[in-house]
Amino acid sequence: MSTPENSVPELPSSTKLISTLALVAMISGLLVVSIYEYTKPIIAENQRLATERAIFKVLPQAVSRLTFVVKNQTLVLADDKTEGDLIYAGYDKNKQFVGVALNAAAQGYQDTVKILYSYQPKTSCITGFDVLKSTETPGFGTKITTDKAFLANFKCLEAKVNSEQTQLLNAINTTRHGSKQHPWQIDAISGSTITSNAIGRMLNQSGQRLHPIVMQNLTRLQQGTANDTD
Amino acid sequence: MTPTKQTPPISFDVFTAGLWKENPVFVMMLGLCPVLAVTNSVLNSLAMGIASIFVLVCSNALVSALRHFIPKQVRITTYIIIIATFVTLVDYMIQAISLDLYNKLGAFIQLIVVNCLILGRAEAYASKNTVMKSIVSALGMGLGFTLALVMLGGVRELLGAGQLLGYQIFSTQFEPWVVMILPPGGFIVLGSWLLLINYVQQRKIGKLIAMESASHCAVKT
Repeated sequence: MSTPENSVPELPSSTKLISTLALVAMISGLLVVSIYEYTKPIIAENQRLATERAIFKVLPQAVSRLTFVVKNQTLVLADDKTEGDLIYAGYDKNKQFVGVALNAAAQGYQDTVKILYSYQPKTSCITGFDVLKSTETPGFGTKITTDKAFLANFKCLEAKVNSEQTQLLNAINTTRHGSKQHPWQIDAISGSTITSNAIGRMLNQSGQRLHPIVMQNLTRLQQGTANDTD
Repeated sequence: MTPTKQTPPISFDVFTAGLWKENPVFVMMLGLCPVLAVTNSVLNSLAMGIASIFVLVCSNALVSALRHFIPKQVRITTYIIIIATFVTLVDYMIQAISLDLYNKLGAFIQLIVVNCLILGRAEAYASKNTVMKSIVSALGMGLGFTLALVMLGGVRELLGAGQLLGYQIFSTQFEPWVVMILPPGGFIVLGSWLLLINYVQQRKIGKLIAMESASHCAVKT
């Protein structure tokens, strides 16, 4: 004889379980889409301002800048909303070309790390970077912006283009902390190896693709708006 | 006549319990991952605290509102969907307010989803109480969590950088204790706060026992 103690509680129907999850998912979707649509233009504007700040941070001598987009190995004047490989050229108060700021991105420990770095075609050096997006672990991955020894790598990180102007002469890479031997190597931060490696990888990928284009179009960059056809 | 089930009214204790008596960090030791990771400055602590309050209050309110509708078998899945929704909202809102702050808080905003404090309150409290009571309790818990974060962040920023909320407090001669803004500093400061709080509480209990035994002796004589 069954007693109330050993009776099995009745399971709700699958329809009820599915409808509950569907209702909750619907409320969830509605809320997420509403907030996404509301914040999308604000976030885009914040990102534009952050890029603007980063350009003048990595090119401190620049007082004005032009945005170019890469089209068939040539540079075309563009605006910040243009899709594609953007190259920001900086000019000082005498309208002299002072260098370019380029985007780079690679997978870090948590998510993609995006940076903007400066490249000086005159010296073939990468001279600094600013982080645009990072969700790396505070206290570890975030050291890339604070560790003095790591930042010293970017006084002049060699990024020379080969004589055929097709790729970098020496691939940029990250080495174990304390074992840097060449000027194109990055000395990693002990304890933030994954993020340090990501920086080396993204600079190499971006350098291999964009530095040859910068060198091929150097005259165009130095002239600035003088010969704009677009 | 069948007796009607009466719910106890919302008392001030519901709100204050989370603030100190049942503080999620110092008493219940919940959600320690962000507590140790993002409390290297007061601003980060405050931002994480406010984000957690928002998620806690909104998710508890919705869980409580749907409590009669959610079957027991799918309750955890449902709670996680609800919590993840509000965390996504907070994520977008912080990006809209300040990208710098968003970058500083790193992955810990998304990780609020797995903060056991939030799921714990949804399961243990919101699913059994009225919407208003759940909101009041969540607000108390959230403020208690924020208070603990700020207590840790304050000490760590002061000793680790000589500053509070970015303002220089100590003179330039002060050599910052860099360890305090690094992860080990989180453990050291949390341990020190726990030691101090337990010491004060033990003394309080000791005094109460002494007073009680003294009054007991006085009654006997």
